[in-house]
Formats: sequence, C-alpha cells, structure tokens
Amino acid sequence: MNDGGARWAHLEGAGWQQELAAGVRIELPLLLGVVPFGLVYGVLGLQAGLPAWAVIAMSSVLFGGSSQVVFAQLWGAQVPAAVIGATVGVVNLRHVLYSASVAQFLSELSWRWKLLLAYLLTDEAYVAAIGRLSFGPAGAMRHWFLFGTGFTLWFGWQLATVAGVLIGATIPAAWALDFSIALTFIALLVPALRRRSEFVAAAVAASVALLAQGMPHKLWIMAAALAGMLAGMACRRYDGSPAA
Amino acid sequence: MSDDLWLLLTIVGCGLATFALRLSFIVGGAQIKPGRRIKAVLGYVPPAVLAALIAPEILVRQGSIDFGLDNPRLLAGAVAVAVAFFSRSVLATIACGLIALWAAQRMI
Repeated sequence: MNDGGARWAHLEGAGWQQELAAGVRIELPLLLGVVPFGLVYGVLGLQAGLPAWAVIAMSSVLFGGSSQVVFAQLWGAQVPAAVIGATVGVVNLRHVLYSASVAQFLSELSWRWKLLLAYLLTDEAYVAAIGRLSFGPAGAMRHWFLFGTGFTLWFGWQLATVAGVLIGATIPAAWALDFSIALTFIALLVPALRRRSEFVAAAVAASVALLAQGMPHKLWIMAAALAGMLAGMACRRYDGSPAA
Repeated sequence: MSDDLWLLLTIVGCGLATFALRLSFIVGGAQIKPGRRIKAVLGYVPPAVLAALIAPEILVRQGSIDFGLDNPRLLAGAVAVAVAFFSRSVLATIACGLIALWAAQRMI
C-alpha cells in the first residue's frame, strides 16, 4: 500500500463515473480469491445444517466471509445464540480499524452514504481502496471509488454464495472441500505476519485453540482469539521498529 | 419460537453487531481517533483469529491432536503455508493445498 500519488494522478478532478470505474477495476482481481471462498462457504453452510435461505441471507445481512463460516459451524454445533453473537463480534472486531481509517475521507458525506459505505466495508474493499484514498487526489467524488470496490466485492460474494448453495449437493465429500476454508485462512494469515509480536499472537492463539478444544459451545474460538491478542500486546516491545 | 425464526433473529443480530463495528468511527466522526493501544490490540485480531481457526482444522484428527507425519491435513497445511509465503496468492494457496491433501490421502 505504499503506492505514491503518481499512480492516482489520473483521478485528479475525476467525476463519479471515473472514480466508480477505477474502484471496480481495482477490485476485480481480488474476486479471484473471494469467489472460491464464497462457493465453499455456500457448500459448507448447507453441510453444517443451515437451510439454503439462511446461507444466502447471511451473505447480505452479515456480509463477512470468515464470520459467516464461523456462524455456520457454531449453529451446526448447536451453540447458544448469545455465544454465536459474541464470537462473530470478536471475529469481526478488526472492522473497527477500517472504520477509523476511512472515517477521515467520508466526514463530509450524507448519512445515507455513510450507512451504505459502512455496510460495504470489508477486508477486500478496504485493502483495495485505502491506497487511492490516502495517496490519490482529494477529489469530491472519491467516495465513489470506495463504493466501487465495496459493491464489486458484494456482488461477487452474493453470486458465489448462491452458486455454492446450488452446486453444494453435487460435490462429493471425498474432495474434502471443507479444507479449502482453512486454506483460505492460511492464505490470509501468512502475508499478514510481519512483526514478531504478530507471530506470537498467532502461535499463542493456535496453541490455546488446540488445548481448549474441550470447552463447551466452541468457546475456544473466543478464548484463543483473546489470548492471542493479549500475547501480541505483551510482546509488542520486542518488535524491531516502533509499532505502527 | 420456531427454529427458523430463531435462526433469522440470530443472523440479524450478528449482522447488526457487525454493521455497528463497521459504522463506529465513520459516524463517530473523523475527529475522534482510536488511541494507539486500541489500534494495536485490534491489529492483533486477524492473526489471532485466523490462527485459532486454522490450527484445529489441520491438527485435530478424530478428536485428538495429531502432529504425526501421517496426518494428511498437516502435510497439506505445510504446503499451503509455503505457497502462501512465496506466491501471496489466495487462489494458488487453495489449489496447491487441496492437491497436496488429495496426494497425501492417496499415499498415506
């Protein structure tokens, strides 16, 4: 995300159509990773025992891949709703960071825009848009860029989910497609580990997750996440450069 | 209350909670910035959550922890970590991991 201003110079004085098109264009390659994830979520949601309408509805109501997978697993394990809500909240806590990061670029917008862009704010939309927002020209229409990334992702996610639900029943169990969720998480985790404290956070979370498997209501997810966060904080001072 | 209604309410509740997290600072105003400590804690959410979800998927086999080399998911997971590290590609990681899993299941 260290793209300089030059990359975005063509958006100087851009209208909403140009910003929207640029946002869509930068988001499209990310769908390569998102669409298989959506497919697998659709398949796994049914396997976990959720009705098709719930699998599809969750993609627009909750709209967060990893939290939807966790929801399906917890519902399938008959975990109480309050624990599901708390676990989903922990999994999605990181969105507060994105919210804080884009807020300065959206402060002039109407309520309706703020609600819409907050709803569309996901990992992939944020990652794709923050470079342009931070380093590009401060155009009055730049929120259309964020809308372009968010809506493209939203659309791809809905299509992938429906496709997963439709083909889900035809996929043989021997393909072990459930494993691709873990693989997706590996693909997200590995590039995110840059500092020592992040390694510690991941290692502690993984260990607690393994050791606490016996906890009721899959509370080990929350226990492991919180332990990992605390461990990361505790080790922050051992990172080479000052923490960002 | 029927199961379906309860399921719908749980989904809506989770959706509203997630929406509130996304909306927090966008509506809270650009003036209020999260403190350094809060930012630092939230920065550890992705590594912690992802690692917590991955570990049991590759290491728990029939209810117990299995670090053995005859655990196909462990081997495939190791391949996926290497591919993710060098390629940084989600698609390549999923593809190589699945192929490694199928190969390991055949050979073991």
